[in-house]
Amino acid sequence: MMPYLDHAATTPMLAEAITAVSRAMGQVGNPSSLHGAGRAARRSIEESRELLAASLGARPSEVILTAGGTESDNLAVKGIFWARRAADPRRRRVIASSIEHHAVMDAVEWLVEHEGADVTWLPVDAHGLVAPAALRAALARNPESVALVTVMWANNEVGTVQSINELAAVAHEYDVPMHTDAVQAVGAVPVDFAASGVDALTMTGHKLGGPPGAGALLLRRDIACVPLLHGGGQEREVRSGTLNVPGAVGLAVATSLAVERREVVAARVAALRDAIVDGVLAAVPDARLHGHPTARLPGIANLTFPGCEGDALLMLLDARGVECSTGSACSAGVAQPSHVLIALGATPAQARGSLRFSLGHDSTAADVDAAVAAIVPAVERARRAGLTSVVS
Amino acid sequence: MKILAAMSGGVDSAVAAARAVDAGHDVTGVHLALSAAPATLRHGARGCCTAEDAHDARRAADVLGIPFYIWDLAERFRADVIDDFVSEYAAGRTPNPCLRCNEKIKFTAVLDKALALGFDAVVTGHHARLVDGRLTRSVDPAKDQSYVLAVCTQRQLASAMFPLGDSTKTQVREEAAARGLAVADKPDSHDICFIADGDTRGFLARRLGAEDGPIVDAETGDVLGTHPGSFGFTVGQRRGLNLQRPTPGGDPRYVLSIRPVDNTVVVGSREMLEISQVRAEPVVWTAGVAPGERFTCSVQLRAHGMTSPTTVTVNGPVVTAVLDTPQVGVAAGQALVMYDGDTVLGSGTITAAQRTADVPA
Repeated sequence: MMPYLDHAATTPMLAEAITAVSRAMGQVGNPSSLHGAGRAARRSIEESRELLAASLGARPSEVILTAGGTESDNLAVKGIFWARRAADPRRRRVIASSIEHHAVMDAVEWLVEHEGADVTWLPVDAHGLVAPAALRAALARNPESVALVTVMWANNEVGTVQSINELAAVAHEYDVPMHTDAVQAVGAVPVDFAASGVDALTMTGHKLGGPPGAGALLLRRDIACVPLLHGGGQEREVRSGTLNVPGAVGLAVATSLAVERREVVAARVAALRDAIVDGVLAAVPDARLHGHPTARLPGIANLTFPGCEGDALLMLLDARGVECSTGSACSAGVAQPSHVLIALGATPAQARGSLRFSLGHDSTAADVDAAVAAIVPAVERARRAGLTSVVS
Repeated sequence: MKILAAMSGGVDSAVAAARAVDAGHDVTGVHLALSAAPATLRHGARGCCTAEDAHDARRAADVLGIPFYIWDLAERFRADVIDDFVSEYAAGRTPNPCLRCNEKIKFTAVLDKALALGFDAVVTGHHARLVDGRLTRSVDPAKDQSYVLAVCTQRQLASAMFPLGDSTKTQVREEAAARGLAVADKPDSHDICFIADGDTRGFLARRLGAEDGPIVDAETGDVLGTHPGSFGFTVGQRRGLNLQRPTPGGDPRYVLSIRPVDNTVVVGSREMLEISQVRAEPVVWTAGVAPGERFTCSVQLRAHGMTSPTTVTVNGPVVTAVLDTPQVGVAAGQALVMYDGDTVLGSGTITAAQRTADVPA
């Protein structure tokens, strides 16, 4: 099999999830219908909701099923902003980390552009950590003006894991709700919604072995959130739309299995990640690993290869069957220097020369060996091509 | 061979890539992102750098079953093509950005990167032929692009493939349809790709600022009118002068030259527009070497322009061409391309043009 090292983009579906989704696809019934088929579908939804909630330390009534991470992020950021501002017009400020995924970052920027929002981007240290003191300072400056705080649980590019409990506690010192994008965290590190103290949490299925197009926003019942989608009033009237039964079933099965197997899989994946980092650094000594040395996801290794362009490396590795990424996948396919690496202090050239290897539940030692073997000739060639996209 | 196919998202480059695949090469498709802020959708038939064009290129690569990537050359394109375009106009010359793009982007930045990354050649959808390594006109005279490729050196051409030169555009479209390529009936792109609305004058005005200046008669020195910025004009242009005073004979006036220094547009009769001697530099011997110090050939002085039998004298990097038949609409900044029949001998940028009237008999 080809060494697939892009699990942070999407990871293979678990066999159990495929079975559950396939079975659900054979059943007719709209969960909102009142007849037998509708009730059966509703039962599947509610059982999935309960399973998902139990896996994540949430109550079933806190689960809002969505079409995935981007929707959950947009719903939380915009919906909580609108609700908080409606309750008090002074609340127009969003505090967000400077390493958010585009689904949060661009939603915040949309609020700035179209809804008169202000934004405070929280800096991160060279490892990608947000200091609780920085959040406290941003809140203390004018606490009444803050609509919400949003800081991702674990970063998708470099893998740094935040002290979310501490950050949530700081937000609550000022009675400000806190959202976290936990898309990369769920199934990789322990995630307990209630214990974390956050008020809203984004998660999605396809990063942990579930089907694409199915995710959830965990939302405390006392947090008001204005819907993005209006219609039939499903999901506490926060997210209208006919419920996706196969998606919900697959999401719940995959999440529960990923959480259940987390410790064993994470230990194995972390060992493979260390092997890939050690192997690459031994072969290319001037390569540099990004992220936190310990507070990190088990599966992500983001490295800069000086003098190379990431897109050239990616192409050369792809030609040898090694599939990885230059950071976060982008619909246009154009490599922009990563805002995450820039926030960590990288230069644009360093950011352009980075590759992300991400491992997952079915990664093997053979994948690691293939990647390490392919990287040396790829770096040699990419260095010869140099930094062509940059004007000297 | 390992071949890199530059795929714009148009029908030509898609069919060129397909032919390279059919020839048994190991082909990888690359779309060049030339705009830092590409529009989502194409407007009409302009350009090749919208997200929709990238999508079309990707779909063509899917159909051909080849790997596909996007290379971001926006910064290089801005510096080497767009900034050059603006500064050439600011200097009163009329640049050809397609030619500059071939010289600096496709056959330098892209070709060098491709060769460094282990490719043997770059294939493009240009309508031109390589006959024994010599750049030659396409069999479709209406679509021939040898003029904008004449900046290429032998070294560059040695790593280039133009598989469409033996086909007409109609044949290319038919082939695309037969291959199931969705771009088969996509309109031809024309005009300048980085000026999406086609308003070159507005584009230049935003960058150079528009300042009114005089329109002056070349013979009398009289001021005949006012223009909204000299850079918006091209030598040979007749429309848009809005002159109140016609010539005594009622003949139309044409732009003869542009003087950016004093923001002046000089106009005169069609006879005064006739050029019979042209200087061009620096010369690139596309076919390898100069045919001699002094030789006869035919020259083309603008894209899709007529050719004229000419005697060329070579003096180091400078060529002087004496045209057998005078030509109009010759602008500094355009390329002088020398042909032997259909074969390109070489090219240079026009730096001076002498009017027929001023050339000593």
